[in-house]
Amino acid sequence: MTRTAKGEAIVIGASAGALDALSVLLPALPKGYPLPVLVVVHLPPDKDSIMADLLRSKSRVDVREAEDKEPITPGTVYLAPPDYHLLVEADRRLSLSSEEPVLYSRPSIDVLFESAADVYGPALIGVVLTGASSDGARGLRAVARGGGVALVQRPDQALAPVMPKSALDLCPGARALSLEEIAAYFLEAVPRV
Amino acid sequence: MSSKTEDIEIGLLLEAIYRKYHYDFRGYAMASIKRRLNQAREHFDCRSLSLLQDRVLHDETILPGILSFLTVQVSELFRDPDYFRTIREQVVPHLKTYPSLKVWVAGCSAGEEVYSLAILFREEGLEERTLFYGTDINPEALKKAEAGVYELERIPLFTENHRRSGGKSSLSDYYTAAYGAARLDPTLRRHVVFSDHSLVSDAVFAEVQLVSCRNVLIYFDRDLQDRAVGLFKDSLTRKGFLGLGSKETLRFSRHAENFAEFVPGERIYQKLGAG
Repeated sequence: MTRTAKGEAIVIGASAGALDALSVLLPALPKGYPLPVLVVVHLPPDKDSIMADLLRSKSRVDVREAEDKEPITPGTVYLAPPDYHLLVEADRRLSLSSEEPVLYSRPSIDVLFESAADVYGPALIGVVLTGASSDGARGLRAVARGGGVALVQRPDQALAPVMPKSALDLCPGARALSLEEIAAYFLEAVPRV
Repeated sequence: MSSKTEDIEIGLLLEAIYRKYHYDFRGYAMASIKRRLNQAREHFDCRSLSLLQDRVLHDETILPGILSFLTVQVSELFRDPDYFRTIREQVVPHLKTYPSLKVWVAGCSAGEEVYSLAILFREEGLEERTLFYGTDINPEALKKAEAGVYELERIPLFTENHRRSGGKSSLSDYYTAAYGAARLDPTLRRHVVFSDHSLVSDAVFAEVQLVSCRNVLIYFDRDLQDRAVGLFKDSLTRKGFLGLGSKETLRFSRHAENFAEFVPGERIYQKLGAG
């Protein structure tokens, strides 16, 4: 995979170590960045998350928690709210669900990635970051099978290597990159106008 | 398998369920429905959704199983304690001004939220003047709601939720434990009617002062959300209250102008006077 696909959306999954990794990736996005970024971070279910506030303060793009049936707008980072799955609908709106946890997680990275792969197909970029879970592996495989771009954080550089490693195992075609390389990829992946 | 084919299959399967059994999931949010239909397909060991459709049409015993996949039943007593605390502290004072009250819990699943409100209203001295309607489309869930029996292992969570909701009594006053199960005090059901009602196809059935419909609208597409919120609007008395799930909003609804945000953080709305 040498060519840089022209993406329509980015999905990111992260667990243990998420805040540090996202604090590298999201601030790298310039104001007016044309793709939406949908993010699942595993968080305790009963807490109001301050993750969005923390990341917004470091970023030039808007970062906020997703609302049900909200239209997906470019240049916005949407975080799955704690205790809800985040999905993408065919009409490019977000939807939430309180279905059972998947691999003990709600939100689940797999659920987001699979629904996004279904909608965006080859125009999707999926990224599995640090984490101590195998969530995201099936989802990343769905992204790759849909023709999208599958990236993982290099396991040897991840605070918790299990998650990117599990994703690589299930999705051997995925590229393992450093956070800086992933950020650079995001900048290349934008459609030329 | 291309997803286009799968989309055709989903449309046909939902149509089959509707025409055969009159359960209408066609206006549901499809991303989640697709997931759950595929879980059902695996559960019933069908290679494709078309084969599952064949089973659905020719084997009526499969229906309860299909419904259990298509309706999400995840709840707790006093789930989201802050919501109940807000009802207690900010809505109840208004409700106390009414001589009689009706409360509608739409999409009540196995009854957890109905019983939570019944306990809260008893603590606040409102139970005797209140009639609670708990409605759902899933007959199995309604049976569980009628029974009011929950797994004992869920009780510690329920107890903690109740405490955090500002509970004025001990939750243990409201259940008896036996054989690994907690049976809720049957007198809590004295003012409760559980009934089959579909937000998709049924009409307004009562005039109520409070509608609580939490984590139900998220499964609907926008048209269906509009229909459901329209039913709530038409059911509510002037200045009546509508409580939604903590991540649900009327912001994108056709009926948004008929409601004011009463407690925005807890997604409690109040129906406006006119209209």
